[in-house]
Amino acid sequence: MPDQHNQHIQLAEESIEKQTTTLNMGPTHPATHGIFENVLEIDGEIVLSSTQKLGYIHRAFEKIAERRPYGQIQPLTDRLNYCSSPINNIGWQLTVEKLLGLEMPKRVDYLRVIIMELARISDHLVCNSVVAVDTGALTPFTYVFQMRERIYEIYESVCGARLTTNIGRIGGFERNFTDETWSKLNEFMRLFPKSLEEFETLLNRNRIFMDRCIGAGKISAERALNYGFTGPNLRATGVDYDVRVHTPYSSYQDFDFKIPVGTVGDVYDRFMVRNGEMWESYSIIQQAIAKVKDLDPSIYHADVPAYYLPEKKEVYTKMEALIYHFKIVMGEIDIKAGEVYHPVEGGNGELGFYLISDGGRTPFRLHFRRPCFIYYQAYPEMIKNGLLSDAVIALSSLNVIAGELDA
Amino acid sequence: MSLTNEYIQGRLSEKFGTDVSDFEETFGIFSFNIKAEKNIQALQFLFEDNALGFQFLTDITAIHYPDRVAQELCVVYHLHNLVANKRIRMRLSVPIVQPDVNSATSLYSSANWMERETYDFFGVIFVGHPDLTRILNVDEMDYFPMRKEYPMEDPTRSDKDDAMFGR
Repeated sequence: MPDQHNQHIQLAEESIEKQTTTLNMGPTHPATHGIFENVLEIDGEIVLSSTQKLGYIHRAFEKIAERRPYGQIQPLTDRLNYCSSPINNIGWQLTVEKLLGLEMPKRVDYLRVIIMELARISDHLVCNSVVAVDTGALTPFTYVFQMRERIYEIYESVCGARLTTNIGRIGGFERNFTDETWSKLNEFMRLFPKSLEEFETLLNRNRIFMDRCIGAGKISAERALNYGFTGPNLRATGVDYDVRVHTPYSSYQDFDFKIPVGTVGDVYDRFMVRNGEMWESYSIIQQAIAKVKDLDPSIYHADVPAYYLPEKKEVYTKMEALIYHFKIVMGEIDIKAGEVYHPVEGGNGELGFYLISDGGRTPFRLHFRRPCFIYYQAYPEMIKNGLLSDAVIALSSLNVIAGELDA
Repeated sequence: MSLTNEYIQGRLSEKFGTDVSDFEETFGIFSFNIKAEKNIQALQFLFEDNALGFQFLTDITAIHYPDRVAQELCVVYHLHNLVANKRIRMRLSVPIVQPDVNSATSLYSSANWMERETYDFFGVIFVGHPDLTRILNVDEMDYFPMRKEYPMEDPTRSDKDDAMFGR
């Protein structure tokens, strides 16, 4: 079949050969950083078109959630964007709390902010250092992963887990921050600026890195909005939409921070926006630590015994605690009917929970608005007529996480 | 000028008359129902009108209500005016035997996969969609798994029903 490309390749009329090459990038490929597939049509090194295939790790969370009591849905959210699980967990808690009309004490809000911003830092560290890896610089990756390890240790001391955290509960945290948590957090706060500065020194003005990233995987603000971009990828095009500022949740209105934006929406802008956001997250954590100091250190959950799982020692000694424990575990808490959409600013953008309750013990319908799934459809347009190697860094700078694509 | 619920309701009622109904605000989001055939006109009106300006499509999904006769599938659009920071929700219902809904892909590029996902799980047919194929499930699947007639576990099992918990 004749093609407008590679006209110099003369093929016989009946030939089954093509003038272009089909290249499978994925389902398992080092450049995809997850299980999804891109089928690229390439002419030499130029990408002419591409088709995306996803669903390789689809786990039917929305269906499973229709059979789970509210507390048991939280572990499912861990596995959406697994680079920043705590944001998903807390987003789910906030959604249910909105439906139930629960008001959190300020200290719980601030502790949640600390955890969510740590998660954002670890998410952006992974994304940005992987952009560097895909441009051929492995060193920064190994450096900043020490910081990510420290963040994971903080999660571990709060909830016992590292990657799929299941941190916090509906109504607050499962336990208070211990002295060990605080000392790990303070140590992180002491070391992180130096580490991020080092990371920026290695890359931000690095000529080779800049030449690779500037102009690659571009998208205009108008197209990005039409494609439903949110989060750092939208902000890189120059649109300052941030859920934390537009629809504050968990007392984000009490914090003073900037929204870093880019100009042209290429790989370099996305990289710089994420770096800027890490500095802002760092400043938010600093402010949160200062605010928490003035509050009663014994508060780590709201006083809502009907929804918040009581402490084990009370379950063994107090009648009410035992009753509530049983009701919560068996999914027999009173949930009113209602329709809630609650967005939070996830690592990749607006993570929305659309929850419909009919008053039963499980949601009637739960839908996750996954930012990755929505903006990844712009990928063919972003890499069209670019180099294959630009397609690789465009993919990693979009931070496409398979868990969030497939739900 | 701030975008109030009353203003949006007034403009929509003026434009679509009795085709829009059930205006309500739940948990901070103003929502309404629209006649299924009018969905694209409504989206376009909300998009292009200068005062309304709902130009960001947050989400499309569907809900299956098996008890609503001839209105079983409900398609939900979440729209956002980023400038005025106002969210609205538009719902429409179609019968499960003929779940045809006009596609919003000409207005929003983002609608493409959202509609494919809704088709994949609920079988809503988006008329005018460029490539209405399954996206997350396997191509060979011959049913729409998020519909309520497909229970998660063994359908004969009753120990996890609401009835067992006094509801």
